[in-house]
Amino acid sequence: MTVSEFTPIVFGASLLAGFLGALTGLGGGVIVTPVLTLFLGVDLRYAIGASLVSVVATSSGAAAAYVRDGLSNIRIGMFLEIATTAGAVLGAFLGTIIPTKDLAILFGLILLQSAWQTSRQHSGSKKPIPPDPLGESLKLNGAFTLAGKTESYVVSRVKTGFALMLGAGTLSGLLGIGSGSLKVIAMDQAMRIPFKVSTATSSFMIGVTAAASATVYLSRGYVEPSIAMPVMLGVLLGSLAGARMLPVLPVLTLRRLFAVVVGFVGIEMIVNAFRGKL
Amino acid sequence: MSELHVTDRNIENMVANLLRTGVTLAGIVVAAGGALYLFRHGGEISDHHTFTIPPAADRLLPAIITGALHHRARSVIQAGILLLIATPIARVALSLIGFTLERDWKYMLITAIVLTVLLYSLISGTAHG
Repeated sequence: MTVSEFTPIVFGASLLAGFLGALTGLGGGVIVTPVLTLFLGVDLRYAIGASLVSVVATSSGAAAAYVRDGLSNIRIGMFLEIATTAGAVLGAFLGTIIPTKDLAILFGLILLQSAWQTSRQHSGSKKPIPPDPLGESLKLNGAFTLAGKTESYVVSRVKTGFALMLGAGTLSGLLGIGSGSLKVIAMDQAMRIPFKVSTATSSFMIGVTAAASATVYLSRGYVEPSIAMPVMLGVLLGSLAGARMLPVLPVLTLRRLFAVVVGFVGIEMIVNAFRGKL
Repeated sequence: MSELHVTDRNIENMVANLLRTGVTLAGIVVAAGGALYLFRHGGEISDHHTFTIPPAADRLLPAIITGALHHRARSVIQAGILLLIATPIARVALSLIGFTLERDWKYMLITAIVLTVLLYSLISGTAHG
């Protein structure tokens, strides 16, 4: 395959990756990595580099729109980033001690269960959980405006959410992928933040930790420019389109989409563990 | 009271503008490098089956900048990727300034912790890489 053939294929896959990544709050790595490794036979190290670039691009591309619309809550993002960045550093240390294969299988199963749970639940069926006074003192409660209607929300179980974020950060440091899914699940299921705010705030957050890892992998030579170029441009355009769609799509559709993508990540995680790629 | 009155809405606008400017600049640089790369190397065989450590002009900051200034296509792309990577980190730094101007000490501290952990992982990671 020539460069002129390889580039548009990767660009096309990245458009879709950025679109889905912006809508689900997961970044684009979920699609970029398997397309590069399974279909195009690219070495896993180049795929890791490209996947990190895709996460940074989706995050900044989508978050520019989400922050402006008030969908990304920058205080929730900032507060929880303490947990995710500290967790990522912790995970990088633990990675040398803990066997990642068993952990990946366990994590894959957790994701499959969460995918199932997220897909079934919609805002009406949630049992009410009292708001957390910590949410008030940390000014985490917020409001967003969609189609002229302003909806305000209060957050619950701030400590549980923070602990889950620490776990999400540690796992992302240990396993390399999957942190966005746990972020959305922690905000949606534990903190009871509206689903669109959960995914938009996850989109806002994932770029920061991925950027720190990306510099390390860039210096190691994992970021191959001829792959990173179509990935970055495709993901960026795709994420801008996704960010325009999020406000108008029904929450139930977004939940189902999220469930399908997270289920796919879970299966990918388990398969990779058995193939010895972690 | 301060003459400069900064609200959450101001911080959100600053952050949104920074993110948009960052990705736009990065996108333009990567697209320019990509066009140059396709023009010069479009007919070559694309082979990424095995990993080889690339030259410094593909992976280290000073060499990337030197290469990009000499219109080396791969270095121009990497310079754009560096702009992209710098954007979220600049976002955290800008938030720190915003919360300081807003005199929100709690969030100033929270943001300072995040920035410290980020810079620590950047420096320690690069040292081991």
